[in-house]
Amino acid sequence: MPALLRAEHLANIGRQAPLKREVVTRRDIRKYSIATGQTLRKYLDGDEGPALYHVALFWDVVELDQLTPDGVSIDGLIPRLPLERAMAGGLKIEYHRPIRPGDVLVARRTLTDLYEKQGSKGPLIFYEVTMTVETESGDPVITEKTTRLLR
Amino acid sequence: MPKLSDLTVGTTLPGRSYKPDNVQLFLYNAALWNAHRIHFDHPYATQVEGYPGLVIAGPLIGEWLAQCVVEWLGEDGQLTSFEYSNRKAAIIGETLRSGGTVSAVDAQRREVTIDLHVRNESDEVVAPGKATVRFG
Repeated sequence: MPALLRAEHLANIGRQAPLKREVVTRRDIRKYSIATGQTLRKYLDGDEGPALYHVALFWDVVELDQLTPDGVSIDGLIPRLPLERAMAGGLKIEYHRPIRPGDVLVARRTLTDLYEKQGSKGPLIFYEVTMTVETESGDPVITEKTTRLLR
Repeated sequence: MPKLSDLTVGTTLPGRSYKPDNVQLFLYNAALWNAHRIHFDHPYATQVEGYPGLVIAGPLIGEWLAQCVVEWLGEDGQLTSFEYSNRKAAIIGETLRSGGTVSAVDAQRREVTIDLHVRNESDEVVAPGKATVRFG
């Protein structure tokens, strides 16, 4: 079977998205904590963000006309690929310090890998995005690698 | 609360059971700003995407894997790394159960590694994970 990914796709490895800067609020931590069924008071009271709170904090706030018909936002970091149906992937995270209300955090996202595999029901394309989250003064908070697959 | 000195490879974490409804799924996706139709549009999820119902968001299940660790750990230590993947779709109406098993204990570094899972009612692992914690 011919390879789906061509040189022009692979040339995007190393590409960076514009920096995102977000202010952490107690209200947003509380909403996230309730919605995820937390039981520890430090999360429910908004004193500290739960393990995947940064996923919500840095999810793209897109305008309605930027959503595809299936309701997904187009990730500008990822090039147009030969497969387009998004399936959930996985995350690998290192924690350097907790996220707390009042933090001003900066996220830098880089496309760090792009490859294909043959799945049991057809070809799959995988991509890896590395996101580093730091304080405004440059102290590391989180390093996260996300792998997503398309079918 | 666990004591590092009591932990050995094979120690199990209690875990929790989850039966999310569409209200919880709505609030979760609203908190993210995630409009993926498989999470709220039943005709789309079933007829277009072919799922048996509304799909529980993958990172929400990821959060439950992490909960399994942090609720067991309490204030005795910190999560230092965490990974997971979504292997099989989980559908609103299903009951899921989290759990974990200690896979390594490094007493010198005060670090413990834990294998994690969320299983469905058929005992299939819908999301495997792994966490490292450091005791204070």
